[in-house]
Amino acid sequence: MSDDTWALGGRTFTSRLLVGTGKYPDFPTMKRALVASGAEVVTVAVRRLDLTKVGAESLLEWIPKGMTLLPNTAACFTADEAVRTCRLARELGLGDLVKLEVIGDKRTLFPDVEALVQAAKVLVKEGFTVLPYTNDDPVAARKLEDAGCAAVMPLGAPIGSGLGIRNPYNLRIVMESVKVPVLVDAGVGTASDAALAMELGAVAVLMNTAIAEAKEPVLMAEAMREGVSAGRKAFLAGRIPMKLHAAASSPMTGLIGR
Amino acid sequence: MQLKLNGEVRDVPDGVTVAGLLAHLGVKAPRVAVEVNEAVVTKDRYDAHALQADDAVEIVAFVGGG
Repeated sequence: MSDDTWALGGRTFTSRLLVGTGKYPDFPTMKRALVASGAEVVTVAVRRLDLTKVGAESLLEWIPKGMTLLPNTAACFTADEAVRTCRLARELGLGDLVKLEVIGDKRTLFPDVEALVQAAKVLVKEGFTVLPYTNDDPVAARKLEDAGCAAVMPLGAPIGSGLGIRNPYNLRIVMESVKVPVLVDAGVGTASDAALAMELGAVAVLMNTAIAEAKEPVLMAEAMREGVSAGRKAFLAGRIPMKLHAAASSPMTGLIGR
Repeated sequence: MQLKLNGEVRDVPDGVTVAGLLAHLGVKAPRVAVEVNEAVVTKDRYDAHALQADDAVEIVAFVGGG
């Protein structure tokens, strides 16, 4: 399985689990969870520096060396804000990889797909490798692919909800509809959700809250790593078709006393 | 002169450069990015870029996020 890699913007990855860095109880727990997850890509947010706490501990000191940073545009509500945030992120991280979010609704944090496509077009033109967080909508996915996005990242359920994969059928149609990698981003609650996303054919899964807010984040990170791995192997192995009735596993002949 | 710095009005020395502003604020972290009037100022221009009164300056860093 070690040769089962995937690629994004010229980089090749082995791990199919991408993890966030928000909501952890503390930095040491986060670091241990990041290591336990086996992730090679970690998301970070861009925020105003707290000028009252200049010199405070930086998040980056707690991200294990060698991990690829994926800055997000979380909480951006317009294409313009998202584009500016990506430009700042590039200046901060010296990389072109961005997780593009343009949020359309505060309560559900569902994406504003129209603004997302607009922002993606601008960023692609500026040389960014754009990974858009989007709805489980095949038409939107195709528009994002046409805009030049390097992947599409449909949600499994609302961000931080832990509701799992709410519409596996739409996700499958999204995967059929585009040639770029499809990553399931958001909604995962536990390891079986991550496995299901992978069994459906996702190239990878991105999550944050499910690990960070678990009672034992490090143990959950390990569970997610195994869930993603198991789901990937099951996808490659090819599941049996579902049947309404039984199909015996043991021979129906040669029984005693007949 | 006054600037709008991370959304708040602040007094800074007249004609201060971006590099001067960061020093004035005690920001040493190499991992910050600066935007002036909605345009990124790259690190190689910190010394040359003189700020003007009422400029909108944003200084950002990476924080935890998903």
